[in-house]
Amino acid sequence: MSKITSLADLKKKREELQSGFGIRVKAIDPENVVQVKVAMATCGIASGAKAIMEFFMEQLERRNVAAFVTQTGCMGYCYAEPTIEVKLPGQDPVVFGFVDLKRADQIIEKYIKTGELVDGIIPVNYQTIDLKE
Amino acid sequence: MSKYSMHLLVCGGTSCHASESDAIVCNLRDELEAKGLMDSVQVIMTGCFGFCEKGPIVKVMPDNTIYVGVKPEDAQTIVEEHIIKGKKVTRLLYKDPITKESVSDSKDMGFFKKQLRVVLRNCGFINPENIDEYIARDGYQALGKVLTAMTPEEVIKEVKASGQRGRGGAGFSTGLKWELARKNQSDVKYVVCNADEGDPGAFMDRSVLEGDPHSVLEAMAICGYSIGSSNGLIYIRAEYPLAIERLKIAINQARESGLLGNNIFGTGFNFDIKLRYGAGAFVCGEETALIHSMEGLRGEPTVKPPFPAEAGYEGKPTNVNNVETFAAIPAIILKGAKWFASIGTEKSKGTKVFALAGKINNVGLIEVPMGTTLREVIFEIGGGIRNGKKFKGIQTGGPSGGCLSEKHLDIPIDFDNLIAAGSIMGSGAMIILDEDDCMVSMAKFFLQFTVEESCGKCAPCRIGNKRLHELLGQICEGKGSLKDLDRLKNMSLVIKDTALCGLGQTSPNPVLSMMENYYDEYVAHVTDKKCPAGQCKSLMEYVINPENCVGCTACARVCPVNAISGQRKEIHHINPSICIKCGACMEKCKFDAIFIR
Repeated sequence: MSKITSLADLKKKREELQSGFGIRVKAIDPENVVQVKVAMATCGIASGAKAIMEFFMEQLERRNVAAFVTQTGCMGYCYAEPTIEVKLPGQDPVVFGFVDLKRADQIIEKYIKTGELVDGIIPVNYQTIDLKE
Repeated sequence: MSKYSMHLLVCGGTSCHASESDAIVCNLRDELEAKGLMDSVQVIMTGCFGFCEKGPIVKVMPDNTIYVGVKPEDAQTIVEEHIIKGKKVTRLLYKDPITKESVSDSKDMGFFKKQLRVVLRNCGFINPENIDEYIARDGYQALGKVLTAMTPEEVIKEVKASGQRGRGGAGFSTGLKWELARKNQSDVKYVVCNADEGDPGAFMDRSVLEGDPHSVLEAMAICGYSIGSSNGLIYIRAEYPLAIERLKIAINQARESGLLGNNIFGTGFNFDIKLRYGAGAFVCGEETALIHSMEGLRGEPTVKPPFPAEAGYEGKPTNVNNVETFAAIPAIILKGAKWFASIGTEKSKGTKVFALAGKINNVGLIEVPMGTTLREVIFEIGGGIRNGKKFKGIQTGGPSGGCLSEKHLDIPIDFDNLIAAGSIMGSGAMIILDEDDCMVSMAKFFLQFTVEESCGKCAPCRIGNKRLHELLGQICEGKGSLKDLDRLKNMSLVIKDTALCGLGQTSPNPVLSMMENYYDEYVAHVTDKKCPAGQCKSLMEYVINPENCVGCTACARVCPVNAISGQRKEIHHINPSICIKCGACMEKCKFDAIFIR
C-alpha cells in the first residue's frame, strides 16, 4: 500500500478510486459487471451470510457471470437476514432479504441473468448523506 | 435482458399481509393473464416498505409510482389504467398531508425521508475491510481538512457549534468535553473510544464498528489533534470478535497508508490507536470504571471530580467518547456545524441510531433525526407490533432507562423529552413490549441484569438492587402486598439518590417508570393475585372448561407430571397442586377446552 503523505495525495487517490471504484476489481470494468454485496455483520453471519457469500462466489464463476462479490456491514434489516444487495450494470441496486440457498439460486438465474425480479425485495426506506464539501 | 418491461411490487410485510396483500397479488396476476400481459409485466411480493400506516402498498417499476391503501378489487383499475393506458390512478396515490397534492414518485414522499443515515452512511455500503472504499466515500478528508486548514480551537468551536451531545447516553456536549480536555496541560493525553456496549438489545456500536471502522479511527485522530493528544485507545469488549478483527484490519491499513502514525499528511501531527479489551462488564461502560479496567485494575467507578478530562487514564487528561459520537464527527467537519445543527430538535441536534428489538416486525438498526416520534419509529419504520398484537410499552435506554406507554407515543424523541417522560435516551436500545408482556416480570428482568452487573462497590446498588429484585420476585409469586408497592418506590428513590455511579443511579428506572405507567397491573398482582398479561406462573391456573372437553385424553397423555385425570370420553380435570403450568396441555387441546384463570 502506498503512503499518503499529503492532503493533495489523499484527494488524488479519492478521485482515482471514485472514477473507477477500481478497488473491488482489478481487471474488469466495475460498471459492466454485476456487483453483489453481502451484509456480513455478526448478525448476518450468524444467520448464514457466509454460506450465501461463498455460494455466490462459486456459482457466479461456474455459471459464467462476470461479477464480483464483496462483503459489507450491517444494512439494518436484521429481521430479514441474510440480506444482499445486487447491482446490475446501469441500474439501481436492489436489496433482497431472507436469502437462503434456494433464493440465492433464483437471484442468479432470474434477476442476475434476465433482470426478472424475484420475491424478497426490501424497498429502500431511508436517505443517506453525501459528504461532498 | 428481461422479458418483462414492467414490475409490480406488492408489499408482503406483516401488516400489509394482514390487509390482504396476498389477494392483491392474485388479482393482479389474474387481471394480467386476462389481458395477455403475463409475459411483459411481473408481479413480485416484497418485504416491508415501512409505510404500514398507508398499506397495502403497490409500487410500479420502472416509473416508481406508489399506490397506497390498495384493495384487492383495485387490481383491475391498476392494470387497465396504469399498465394499459399509461395513466396513473389518482385516487390511489399518496396525498401529501400538508400540500394535499397527490405524490406519485416515491422519491418525493416525505415518508421515505424519515430515516436519515449520517452515522450509518457507509454501513452496509462499503467493504469495511478495504480502506480504499472508505477513501472513495470521502474518508479521511475531514482529518485532512482539520490538520491543514483548522486550528485545534477552531475544530472544538465547530464541534461545539454543531450541538452534538454524547451518544453514549448521558448527552454531555461533545465540544465542551473536548474543550475541557484541551485546557488541561500535560505531556501526554489520551483519546479513548468507549465501545463497551452492554445494554440488552443494543447493537448500534457493534454495527458501526463492523460496518465502518475507519469513521471512528478518523474521528479519534481529529479529537487527538483538537485536545493535543497523539494516543488513541479503543476499549472494546471481547464478546465482539468480528468488530475487533475489523478494527485491527482498519488500524493496520490506516497505518500502512500513513493515515495513522507519525507525520500524518506531512503536517507533523502524530496519532496512533491501540485496542484494549474488556471482559464484558456493564459497569465498564461508565467512563471512570472503563479507565480503571484499561489500567488493569478492577472495573469500579470512582467519584467525579476529578473528571477524566483532568485525571483519567494513568492520571493523564483523557477524553472518552462513544463510538456513535465519534462516527458523526467526520460528517460534522466536512458538512459543517450549521448543517448538523439544522437537523434535530432545539436542544438535541443531529440524528440518532436506534436498535429496534422485541415484539416488533422489522427488528433492525435505524437512524432518524432527533425529534422523530416514537410512533413513527415503531409503527412506520418498525412496521408495527408482531403478530397483530397490541402495543403495550417501549423500554428505551436499556436497563437504565424507563418504560414508556401508549400515551408517550407522540413525543418527539430527544434527550430532554425522554427524561421528562421518565425514561432516558441511553445508548439507543429500544425494546418493544406487547400485550403479553407482564410489567412486573419485565422490571424484575431488568433488575436481574443490574444485580448481576453491579460491581459491588457501593451499598445502595449492591444491596438495594438485590432487595428490589427480591421484592419484585415476591410480587410475581403472589406474595406481595400494597405496602410492598410503597416499599418498592421508596427504595428505588433512595437507590437513585445515593448510588455512586450511573449504573446504580439509573437501575431503579424500569421499576419506577413501570409502576408509574402500569400501576393497575402492579395492584392486580398484589391485591387480586392475578397477572393480567398471563406471564406470572404462580398467579395462573390452567383449568378445563367442561363444556368444551370431549374426553379425548390428549391433554392427559401430554402432561409431563400426570396432573390431568379423567376417563375416556369423560370430562378431564387438572390438579392444580401437581400442575407445573408448562402449557403443554393447552397447546395440545383441539377443542379450546383449556384456559388460564
